[in-house]
Amino acid sequence: MWIYEKKLQYPVRVGKCDIRMARYLSEQYGGADGELAAALRYMNQRYTIPDKVIGVLNDISTEEFAHLEMIATMIYKLTKDASVCELEEAGLGPHFAAHDHALFYNNASGVPFTAAYIQAKGDPLADLYEDIAAEEKARATYQWLIDMTDDVDLQDSLKFLREREIVHALRFKEAVQIIIDDRNQKRVF
Amino acid sequence: MESQLRRYTPFRGPFDPCPPVPFKTYVVPPNQFITFQPPDLPQFSLQEALKYGTLWPALFSPYESKCKGGGK
Repeated sequence: MWIYEKKLQYPVRVGKCDIRMARYLSEQYGGADGELAAALRYMNQRYTIPDKVIGVLNDISTEEFAHLEMIATMIYKLTKDASVCELEEAGLGPHFAAHDHALFYNNASGVPFTAAYIQAKGDPLADLYEDIAAEEKARATYQWLIDMTDDVDLQDSLKFLREREIVHALRFKEAVQIIIDDRNQKRVF
Repeated sequence: MESQLRRYTPFRGPFDPCPPVPFKTYVVPPNQFITFQPPDLPQFSLQEALKYGTLWPALFSPYESKCKGGGK
């Protein structure tokens, strides 16, 4: 069960009408290394991971949903007042044809989200290393998105999200250490 | 903090069609140097922590846009 707080994890300000960025931001919305993929991946892996690290997956997955909400807010703000012509100029014509102004889980090239982006091997190390890789890929994606916009307000929110990926990657690395050490085991010397 | 940026010079061929980039950079964030976060690390103030996205300066990784603000 979750308790919803009706505010964003970090404020999202968009200071510039740059519809083109909405399209690129969707890489983090419905892309292979986006927030949706991350949230669903961890939320599903948590059932078959040793008890001690379930909480890590649960907490990070929950936070990824909060990030998803931030990305959605950015895309929504950028596209809500755009005319059809403006959307077309920004490369979002095909999106409009299928979805009007609705948001959808596409990547930046318009490819719809698929569960094939994520994995659950049932092996704790295999799964956790995938999660670490996912965090680093998301961090890199945020860097390229920060590079692509000159809107300092948008950059500010994206920098926050990028830093969270770095913290998450460390938490998964710590989970790996907990799995390796297995402090439950009695050792006789 | 600047030390998180690594720089290398990519190969330049004699017949490259485009002007070469002088160097390329990539970031090595501080999580690469910590396997398990030790207790009692110094903390940011709460305001700073919200701004930076982490409670601990030891985990903070700055990143500046290659596009910057105010148009290209």
